[in-house]
Amino acid sequence: MSEVAWLSAAEQARKVRTREVSARELVHTYLDRIAALDGALGAYLLVDAEGALARADAVDAAIARGEDPGPLAGVPVAIKDVLVTEGMTTTAASRILAGWVPPYDGTAVARLRAAGAIVLGKLNCDEFAMGSSNENSAVKPCRNPWDLERVPGGSSGGSAAAVAAALCAASLGTDTGGSIRQPAALCGIVGVKPTYGRVSRWGAIAFASSLDQIGPMARTVEDAALLLETIAGVDPRDATSVDAPVPRYRDALGLGAAGLRIGVPREYFPDALDAEVRAAAERAIAALREAGARIVDVSLPHTRYALPTYYLLAPAEASSNLARYDGVRYGLREGGPAGKASLLDMYRQTRGAGFGAEVKRRIMIGTYALRAGYYDAYYKKAQQVRALIKRDFDEAFAAVDLVIAPTTPTPAFKLGEKSAPIDMYLADVFTLSCNLAGLPGVAVPAGLSSAGLPIGVQLLGRPLDEATALRAAAALERTVGLGRRPPHAP
Amino acid sequence: MAALTREEVEEIAYLARLALSAAEVERMREELSAILAHMDALAEVDTSGVAPMTHAVPMDLRLRPDEPQPSLPTEVALAGGPDPRDGSFQVPHIIKTASEP
Repeated sequence: MSEVAWLSAAEQARKVRTREVSARELVHTYLDRIAALDGALGAYLLVDAEGALARADAVDAAIARGEDPGPLAGVPVAIKDVLVTEGMTTTAASRILAGWVPPYDGTAVARLRAAGAIVLGKLNCDEFAMGSSNENSAVKPCRNPWDLERVPGGSSGGSAAAVAAALCAASLGTDTGGSIRQPAALCGIVGVKPTYGRVSRWGAIAFASSLDQIGPMARTVEDAALLLETIAGVDPRDATSVDAPVPRYRDALGLGAAGLRIGVPREYFPDALDAEVRAAAERAIAALREAGARIVDVSLPHTRYALPTYYLLAPAEASSNLARYDGVRYGLREGGPAGKASLLDMYRQTRGAGFGAEVKRRIMIGTYALRAGYYDAYYKKAQQVRALIKRDFDEAFAAVDLVIAPTTPTPAFKLGEKSAPIDMYLADVFTLSCNLAGLPGVAVPAGLSSAGLPIGVQLLGRPLDEATALRAAAALERTVGLGRRPPHAP
Repeated sequence: MAALTREEVEEIAYLARLALSAAEVERMREELSAILAHMDALAEVDTSGVAPMTHAVPMDLRLRPDEPQPSLPTEVALAGGPDPRDGSFQVPHIIKTASEP
């Protein structure tokens, strides 16, 4: 099928601006691919063909008039369904929000559109971004374009699968404990979890507000950099957005790794680590050394506590954030006022019927941890350990510019393979600390397993230093990249 | 941490405003007990003198000028609810009037 779909977003925008290809042609190309391939993949929850074509015509008309629609002129993107989009149904892949149409665009989406990007549709994910395999979507599962028996990762599984299969040029995901980087690794693409506060959370359906970040997912580091510089920056509508200048991230990509000090944390290479994941990470480290980086052993001693810390704090925040789904203001209502149910029964019935099993589990864990009498033992304790995890990184970054680690403990696993909740939680074991410490993390492909599945590494940087992580990721892209397309996306 | 009882699960579900079936309560009891057992590892960390971390980046409470900004029209803001009427979200009665049973 059409090669133009596989061009980078940056290259597509160049071709649209020089009228070598029209925005309409680009949108049609992706709509055709979605129609042909997404039945097997399940990446999209909604495709807005009419809206995308209308927007493409507006971009083409602006260019014909001699105007510049922006650095993403005509580039077809798609959006994780936890980000609100004006006039486009947004459900967070939950029954409780079925049919909900938001009245506004979130800031990141609005900034993409203002730069000329065209929103093709909304992407599948785990319900309310809670999961590591996309199997918690209340709508349908999503599959990995490298092997349809396997998961794309989660929670931004649709965002990763759609980019990997060239069903859009690039996408947005959200990352609370690895939900951008983990699926990016399992689908063989680039995913950026920005520094906490780097990208406005306005319009992101809240999961765990002290951890959530929106970030780009793309087939090249350059595209991820281009999208990040478009969506990043302070926003008066998000009081936690950081008021710091946003660099032109693309400028740093050609600098190579020479002179960088890169730390290898021994806690991320346990004896039990999957042999192929270890080998891929070691190849990536060797490639960076070859490129002139200085490789340094570092220790992040509280790494093993990241999982219990995260799975207390994130559910605690979620139990509070999800209190708003009560049958009054959004979507689903079960019982009253037409029925006989009391207000309390209406809340309980709506939430009992509307939330899936994993969301209920996390609300329950969070409610338990915040309950009077348990607060100090669980929530406060976890916040203190979080401070120690952050301190580990502060100490490491006194000696190194970046930390490199495997993104996931294994390549993509099979649908249905992880049935116990704690086994699924362990799929995030390498990605959680980055969120707890508020750091930027860039996941980048580092080769294929013997079974032909992508393996990724992540580069974690100092707060607000996405540029250095992207620069090292670009060096890896040139040396240990995958070099081929997924078999289920011709 | 001892395993949770059914009564504890039911109480937490009540606090969380979640209606759970009997089967869900039992499954939740088993799963939450297993998950919380993993959390006990935190008890071994010495956190004496460590301030709880509430934010990933240092930040001050930012104030904006108190000026009116454009906002959504009422009917647009209400449109996403299951039962918007008369400029408000309709809910079941919470106060009974004297004439009602």
